[in-house]
Amino acid sequence: MSLDIDQVKHVARLARIELGPGEAEDALAKLNGIFGLVEQMQAVDTSGVEPMSHPQELYQRLRDDVVTETDQRDAFQRVAPATEAGLYLVPRVIE
Amino acid sequence: MSQADWEVVIGLEVHAQLTTASKIFSGASIAFGAEPNVQASAVDIALPGVLPVLNRGAVDRAIRFGLATGARIAPRSVFARKNYFYPDLPKGYQISQYELPVVAGGDIAIRVGDGDQAYEKSVRLTRAHLEEDAGKSLHEDFHGMSGIDLNRAGTPLLEIVSEPDMRSSAEAVAYAKALHTLVRWIDICDGNMQEGSFRCDANVSVRRRGEQAFGTRREIKNLNSFRFLQQAIDYEVRWQIELLEDGGSVHQATVLFDPDSGETRMMRSKEDAHDYRYFPDPDLLPLAIDGEWIDRVRASMPELPAELALRLQRTHGLSAYDALTLTSSRELARYYLDTVDAAGGELAKLCANWVMGEFSARLNKAEIGVADAPLAPTRLAGLIRRIADNTISNNIGKKVFDALWNGEAASADAIIAAQGLKQVTDAGAIEALVEGVLAANQKSVDEFRAGKEKALNALVGQVMKASRGKANPSQVNELLRRKLTN
Repeated sequence: MSLDIDQVKHVARLARIELGPGEAEDALAKLNGIFGLVEQMQAVDTSGVEPMSHPQELYQRLRDDVVTETDQRDAFQRVAPATEAGLYLVPRVIE
Repeated sequence: MSQADWEVVIGLEVHAQLTTASKIFSGASIAFGAEPNVQASAVDIALPGVLPVLNRGAVDRAIRFGLATGARIAPRSVFARKNYFYPDLPKGYQISQYELPVVAGGDIAIRVGDGDQAYEKSVRLTRAHLEEDAGKSLHEDFHGMSGIDLNRAGTPLLEIVSEPDMRSSAEAVAYAKALHTLVRWIDICDGNMQEGSFRCDANVSVRRRGEQAFGTRREIKNLNSFRFLQQAIDYEVRWQIELLEDGGSVHQATVLFDPDSGETRMMRSKEDAHDYRYFPDPDLLPLAIDGEWIDRVRASMPELPAELALRLQRTHGLSAYDALTLTSSRELARYYLDTVDAAGGELAKLCANWVMGEFSARLNKAEIGVADAPLAPTRLAGLIRRIADNTISNNIGKKVFDALWNGEAASADAIIAAQGLKQVTDAGAIEALVEGVLAANQKSVDEFRAGKEKALNALVGQVMKASRGKANPSQVNELLRRKLTN
């Protein structure tokens, strides 16, 4: 399997990455290199092997349902570029 | 072709906000109505270097749901990242479950329609999985910018997905209501639809009757009332049928319902559908649930609404409709059961009538819940006993109910005594009243004797009035008839 240039541009759009002239072609070559590795791995017979969701065979620890956090809004908002009335302000987004 | 030539196919996805104290992956509070961002911790706003830690309480609630619906609870389930970009999702992904959800299968019994037209069916559940909610975007104008409140980010949700088993908007509403009752009954969600604690998405398609393959579906997002759910589906179904009958074809899309116009409109088509690039979240190890944990949760489960409804039909002799109404919330069911306990099991049907009738009407009128009713079940039972033993009539009972509700006295007996409401059953006393009324209403007497049946009602009314409502109406009726026909 390999990608074509349109697929690279589509993925870039989904990932909100702007590709300049020549960059899409460059990314295409690199991504297809990765697909080469994937093909090599896919050649291994894994039938009967359950997929791993984590490299360690451990289960997660849980926390009790207790409120432990206090209000740190002022500290957090000190590093935000723009805030107002307790809100973080971001460039206008309407879908 | 007409609507009858088409079959409607509906599946629902419901997001139920869980009743935990803290968020699903952080120790921030999820209390509703806080100032913006004061409940958004470092984990919720995705500061670098933070790690999510799963809330045991959220898993408990998922297990409760699985047990209540006869589903399989996965001994091992996995959290996945669902990737998309939006400012109210600061991590750039939502932690959800994809391939291995915590709950799979199960079903919900629904009852659709009333009276003779009513029928029952079972709706299968595909799965239920745990996930976090996103924050909120406020698009009022902040100098050309949008405001972001991340208090809701990280709130625990159980997304409950049904199979496409529903065949009408009425079935979809019956399912949504049954689910709404259940999640409140087992205490996993407060069901507050205005606050967004219970939100429905409906997948709707149509196909010609007899066809095997499903039509192409459109998904209606974010329906936050049962009425909107019904209206949105009805509109969408008509729209799809008209389009297909005009030779068009439905394209997969996500649509929004506009309650003002009553129409659905396109939000995004499949072509721009997000590719969420799900993958297992490396920050979270798999979740293990062992049999011991499940047993512990099972031991804490209440009797379920469907089980109780069946018991009320079998042992209290109630109709399916009455049993369903009384089990519409755990509080109402508890109130009814307490009333029956105090009144005596043989009065169950009368108790059901009063709880569903006068009592529920008063709650609605006062816009309060069962918990805030000023009338304890034992007091209502005292009133019901006096109706059952003919101390007072049903009509006088309403008067006594009012007095009890308004706190005028502590018991039905006290009100009956204080206001002299005891029903007159003494035949002599009633006969005297009847004689008086007959003498004063010659016109009605003549009319009745001339064959006008209705004139009797007027006379009964006069006697009841003369007795100030205290005469036993059936006794009055009988006595009048006897006197008039002799």
